[in-house]
Amino acid sequence: MTETAAAINTLMSDDGGRLLAALMAELRDFQLAEDCLQEAWASAVIHWQRGLPGSPQGWLLQVARRKAIDHIRRGKNFREKQRELLILMEHDQAASADESDDSVIPDERLRLIFTCCHPALDETTRIALTLRSLGGMTTPEIARAFLVTEDAMAQRLVRAKHKISVAGIRYEVPEADALPARLNSVLDIIYLIFNEGYASRAEPYMRPEFCDEAIRLARLLMHLMTGEPAIEGLLALMLLHQARAPARLKDDALVPLDEQDRALWSKSLIKKGLVHVKAALSRGLPDAYQIQAAISALHCEAQDFAATDWAQIAALYGELTRHKNNPVIEINRIAALSHVHGPELALEMLRGLEDDFKAYQPFHALKADLLRRLHDPAAAQAYEAALAMTKNQAEWKFLEKRLLALQA
Amino acid sequence: MQYMLLIYTDPAAGLTPGTQEFADMLVRYGKANEAYHADGVYKAGDALQPPSTATTVKVRNGKVQTMDGPFAETKEMLAGYYLLDCPDLDAAIKYAAMIPGAEIGSIEVRPVVDLTKFR
Repeated sequence: MTETAAAINTLMSDDGGRLLAALMAELRDFQLAEDCLQEAWASAVIHWQRGLPGSPQGWLLQVARRKAIDHIRRGKNFREKQRELLILMEHDQAASADESDDSVIPDERLRLIFTCCHPALDETTRIALTLRSLGGMTTPEIARAFLVTEDAMAQRLVRAKHKISVAGIRYEVPEADALPARLNSVLDIIYLIFNEGYASRAEPYMRPEFCDEAIRLARLLMHLMTGEPAIEGLLALMLLHQARAPARLKDDALVPLDEQDRALWSKSLIKKGLVHVKAALSRGLPDAYQIQAAISALHCEAQDFAATDWAQIAALYGELTRHKNNPVIEINRIAALSHVHGPELALEMLRGLEDDFKAYQPFHALKADLLRRLHDPAAAQAYEAALAMTKNQAEWKFLEKRLLALQA
Repeated sequence: MQYMLLIYTDPAAGLTPGTQEFADMLVRYGKANEAYHADGVYKAGDALQPPSTATTVKVRNGKVQTMDGPFAETKEMLAGYYLLDCPDLDAAIKYAAMIPGAEIGSIEVRPVVDLTKFR
């Protein structure tokens, strides 16, 4: 790769989102902003051969702006774009006057995040738009993760950008009354991106690039909206999960917590995660992400499996059910209690849930584990039931291993 | 920008006129109307007779064909609409959530094409 190409690649991943966001603020047209920025990158490849301009970002924005002016002038809807055209020309002149100083590019990324994560868009679309616009991921990369063709993903993105402009999704940070709900929607999307990397629906099971993107987005959001405990809680949760990632897989099989080699856990990520979880909780506004981060923190702080504070973890899962309604939480609470009061009592609790929970794979996986620990021969049948419901290869291999060990 | 708020509900699940629930629902529709007027977004709004009263019309080869019933038989049917002039989709969603029908059915929010742009 030439020096110029390398510099462009770095710029794209570091500043792509910021440039797109700034251009969107002037154009109010997602597709046009993307297209013009794309053309500006292409121009850069040609014009920067003999060296980079003083302010590459300013140069790119300026070129994209001029492309936009051309597009609008040539366009059919020329008349209704007068306002945008005026703004563009003003910015163009102002930028020429001060020789494109970097600091002049306003940071509009918060508006872009809220637009990409607007709840009027389909969840997959929100993830894809966010990854592409702010995460610097390409359409083919995103398409692969979602097991769809590149064309299908590209079409989905085009439709979304069309809806954003035609349906009146504003390019704004929501107003105070709507902000908490909308912020949650953004956090959910970031966490879904993380999970795409942590427990992917496609092979391979773990795709660290998605986890890294999610963590980067959470950090960006924290930087743009300081003092929001909800963001810091999510960041803490992801860091503490990420810290344990190196010990999660062995021979493509999931390694359960009690068998994980804790020496593989990243001490530096744990340290960072703990700082954030404490800072978030100290603000006294606990939510589902902060509580999950606190649970993860207790695992990370335990010297070994036996030293885990299961009573506290069970209590936190109990607290979590007040914020989020998900059967898996109750299953996890019972699993934690099984280490406090023994597997028999936990099994008793599971029986009470059988009718409502038997359609969930985690119910059968926990039941199998409890029976195994009690040396009950019925464990085999429970493992079979869990295996039959397991779609994921890594977890399937783990359950199969436990079943085989039982029969040995 | 104008938005059409299409109210889809299950006719079988509808409330019976004369009951307290029905009266309560009317009061709540009244409140939604008041809010729309107070905010200056109201353009139009009506309730429709049930889908059993619908006639579907099409013209093929210059001939008018009529069919008894609604365009599409689905569980939830168009029961009424509001036409509101809102600053953006967020506002339209906020107003859609005020419609009592949203609690038993669904409200489809559709931006209206501004035909003046095509002149």
